[in-house]
Order: sequence, then structure tokens, then C-alpha cells
Amino acid sequence: MSMTEPLLLEITFVADPSWLSTVRQRVRTAAAQLTADSGWVADVVMAVNEACMNVMQHAYKGDVAGEIVLKMRQVGAFLEIALLDFAPPIAADTIRPRALEDLRPGGLGTHFIRAVMDRCEYANLAQGAGNILRMHKRLVVDA
Amino acid sequence: MSIKLVNQNGFSVVVLNGEIDLSKSQEVRRALLEPLAAGHPTLADMSGVTYIDSSGIAALVEAHQAARKKSLKFGLLAVSEPVSGVLALARLDKVFSFLTEIPSGQ
Repeated sequence: MSMTEPLLLEITFVADPSWLSTVRQRVRTAAAQLTADSGWVADVVMAVNEACMNVMQHAYKGDVAGEIVLKMRQVGAFLEIALLDFAPPIAADTIRPRALEDLRPGGLGTHFIRAVMDRCEYANLAQGAGNILRMHKRLVVDA
Repeated sequence: MSIKLVNQNGFSVVVLNGEIDLSKSQEVRRALLEPLAAGHPTLADMSGVTYIDSSGIAALVEAHQAARKKSLKFGLLAVSEPVSGVLALARLDKVFSFLTEIPSGQ
């Protein structure tokens, strides 16, 4: 993540789904500093929520004690979001959205993230320390 | 988030209020599947739902599929705009039955 721009938000929490409401509220407040466009803000909230869910369910596999770090900052014309976990490394090529025509519960989170973000990249932290998801969304120009 | 079950016009109506996320979606899932398992046509009243994530959507899909297996009616009642946007993103806006009011005389 870029080091020069100030953080809009940094929050550390555990992989307990009861944290999701608080995270959404903090993200909403931070994103709303950048635009009055409520749809844009809602998209950011959705993507972060889905990404956190993926970490809770698939990286930490339900271990509610796992730590998650979320950072948000504006970098030029983009909102930059980084989500870090310290779970065992996940191969990036295993993270795929499912075909939407395949009607079944589950598997929509990655699709939602990619639908509303302009860029997203998964990587492992150095020395197997965990995983990082970086997402970028182009800022809107308020009318 | 609150869940209430009422019976109206022969339907079991599961009234949902608040945000449906991973912390609540299993409760929602159980609340929707229970009346269907008992053989009741079921509606999910979504008018009070202010947020839903993919786990909440999964609960709705599971209920839809359970209803189809038993040839029971299952629909979404008074879906709010935030929820309809998420359903459209998942391309489920053509899958569910959407109602604005509870049908009479079931």
C-alpha cells in the first residue's frame, strides 16, 4: 500500500462475524468523506463486507480469534483498500467467482467484489505470514 | 436484526428487519426453511431489510430451492431498493417471485 497519503481508516478486528456491522459503519463513514454519492459508498461497503466474510470463512475457516487489518486511503483518483489476514497463505488462483447461472446458495462474494471494484489483487504476505487483498475503486466526481 | 413469523392469508410470512449479514444469515435461513419444511407456502417480508450480503442472499436461494422441491410457493415481499440492487447484481432478479402485497385466499 502507498505510504505517503494519510489513512482514511485503519481498523484491526477479529474474524468474528459480529464485527461486520461495526466495520461496515466505519467504512461507510470513511468513504463518505470522499463523495456524496451514496451508491458509490454502498458499493465500497459491500465489497469490504464481502472481502471480510471471505477471510472469516475461507482464510480463518471460522476461527473467530483470527486477526484482520483493514486500511483505506485515497491515492490519486482512486480509493485504495487493503485487507490483511494472518491465516495460512491462500493461492490466488483458487479465488474465483462461480458462474451465476449455477443457481445455488453461496459463492457470490468474489463476484460482488469484482463487480464493484475497478481492480483487485490477492497476494500472500512475505514468509507465509498471511494474505493481503488490495482493492481499488475510481473516485466519482461529485456534481 | 429481528425475525418475526406471522400467518396471513394461508401464508407463513417471515418478517425480517434490519441488516442481514454473516452474523445473522443462519438464523434467517432457519426461519425461512422451517415453515417450508412444515409444508407452508412462505413469504419473506423484506420491507424492513436495510442491508443484505451474499450470505443473506444464500439463505433466500436455499429457501427458494427448498420450496421448489416441495412445490410450495415462496416469494419476496416488498423488497427495498438496496436489496433489489444486490439481487440484480447476483442476477437473481429474474429468479424469485416478487410481491408488493400478500396474496389473498391462499
